[in-house]
Amino acid sequence: MRNTFVLFKRELSAYFTTPVAYVFICIFLLMCGILTFYLGGFYDRGEASLGASFFQYHPILYILLIPAISMRLWAEERKQGTIELLMTLPVTLPQLVLSKFLAAWAFAGIALALTFPLWVTVNYLGDPDNGVIAASYLASWLMAGGYLAMGACVSATTKNQVVAFVLSVILCLLFLITGVPAVGDLLGAVIPSDTLVDAIRSFSFLSHFDSISRGVIDVRDLVFFASLIGVFLFMNAIAIELKKAE
Amino acid sequence: MGAMIEIQNLEKRFGDITAVAGVSFNVERGEVLGFLGPNGAGKSTTMKMLTGFLHPSGGTAIVGGHDITADPLAAKRLLGYLPEGAPLYPDMTPESFLLFIAQIRGFSGAEARRRVEDVVGKVSLQGVLRQPIDTLSKGYKRRVGLAQAILHDPQVLVLDEPTDGLDPNQKHEVRALIRSMAKDKVIILSTHILEEVEALCTRVIIIARGKLVVDCKPSELAARSRWHNAVRIDVEREDAPRVHRALGELPASSVEELEAPNGCVSYLVSTRDRRPILNEISQRAQNEKWKLDGLHVEHGRLDEVFRDLTTAKS
Repeated sequence: MRNTFVLFKRELSAYFTTPVAYVFICIFLLMCGILTFYLGGFYDRGEASLGASFFQYHPILYILLIPAISMRLWAEERKQGTIELLMTLPVTLPQLVLSKFLAAWAFAGIALALTFPLWVTVNYLGDPDNGVIAASYLASWLMAGGYLAMGACVSATTKNQVVAFVLSVILCLLFLITGVPAVGDLLGAVIPSDTLVDAIRSFSFLSHFDSISRGVIDVRDLVFFASLIGVFLFMNAIAIELKKAE
Repeated sequence: MGAMIEIQNLEKRFGDITAVAGVSFNVERGEVLGFLGPNGAGKSTTMKMLTGFLHPSGGTAIVGGHDITADPLAAKRLLGYLPEGAPLYPDMTPESFLLFIAQIRGFSGAEARRRVEDVVGKVSLQGVLRQPIDTLSKGYKRRVGLAQAILHDPQVLVLDEPTDGLDPNQKHEVRALIRSMAKDKVIILSTHILEEVEALCTRVIIIARGKLVVDCKPSELAARSRWHNAVRIDVEREDAPRVHRALGELPASSVEELEAPNGCVSYLVSTRDRRPILNEISQRAQNEKWKLDGLHVEHGRLDEVFRDLTTAKS
């Protein structure tokens, strides 16, 4: 526990000792602003909510931005050789995997929290349902966690950050588009078994994200994200065991 | 109590390639073990298994009674390790990096700070504590690497090429530091530099193609040389033919003419059984009044022994 915390602290502060954190946060907030006000038509809607104008774009936004955080997690460590230093300290592999993931997730949480001016704005302009907004923030953060776990796992398989980024984007995209209705229909036409199509679609982040951000916090959705993160972190640990020698 | 480090039949295979093929040895407290071998012989791989980074394909290493495969955490607590090339986090400062290492080694608060201060003094890092590691010279980086390895005053210190790539002054400093810690620890260091083994180590192990080929004292290694106890004679050119003839008459010896600069001729005289022949030669030189410029005894050439042991034979 103590080790995990020490590692977590180093990881998180590492974001802020490099320009990574500041560049990322700036781009993230800028993109959020552009999407919300131009594409989302925040003012034109004339409604006091953030769902359709702001949160709706997070699944797409994260596909590019989250792999940018996760790509360096292990690839950089292996490239610099510091993984050897890290893994000969008296810490366990689960502690390492967990602390890296949690630090990245906390960082994503900080970036997300910095969008609070939007929340202040809707409250100033109208009378939104703050419960729904809170649930949407939770859904967005959980989704970021899911993408991060995938990205961390991919990052553990390569020394090259660009490769890690591209593969992560593709993997994240796969977990998103299966929930898009058109893709669902296409799958239905290709795969004869309805149960299989439903199973594939149930793995999409989109449906789980939508249901939480409507304000309904269903245990099944929470379990979905938690188990997805767990599975990918487990695979992350295995990938490191297999690849660290190279 | 057994030896501080017991390496038992350690093996590592990567697919079809056998990097380490059954290496066994023990190291006792107070020993400084030089680990020699050509590139790719399995030195680093052995060290990586000993420090718990790689899992052995067979055999194991026991550090202070703790099996590195069965109880890695306990073994790692006793170890300080400087990996090859001294990898560090380039964006951290030495201060924050060493504080992180102190905390992960279980020290907190004032104790962690005291440990860092202590080790910073030992390796002379005071001037660069708040500079990003990225901006430091190679010598300073290596010192940061050493500092993290010795911060918890480990009983076992494993250093993979600690002086590689440093200039002669920096090499000297690092060696002095290693020597100062040698008394109450086990130190294992790998190197390509043979003179370093003579200067630092109490024992030397050579591995080649994943196998242990020599385990002896550095002086014994030199004694294996063809040139051990050979005598080099520099004579003036006018006297050379006479001296050459006389040297040829010595029993069981061979005479080799060496390249010499400045008007001298040098001969290297060695006997087949490497027995000392200095006395015989100097006796004769005095009796016959040779015009000598120099007379030296060779102790043996380590690089030649190294080549003999690590090439051919397969």
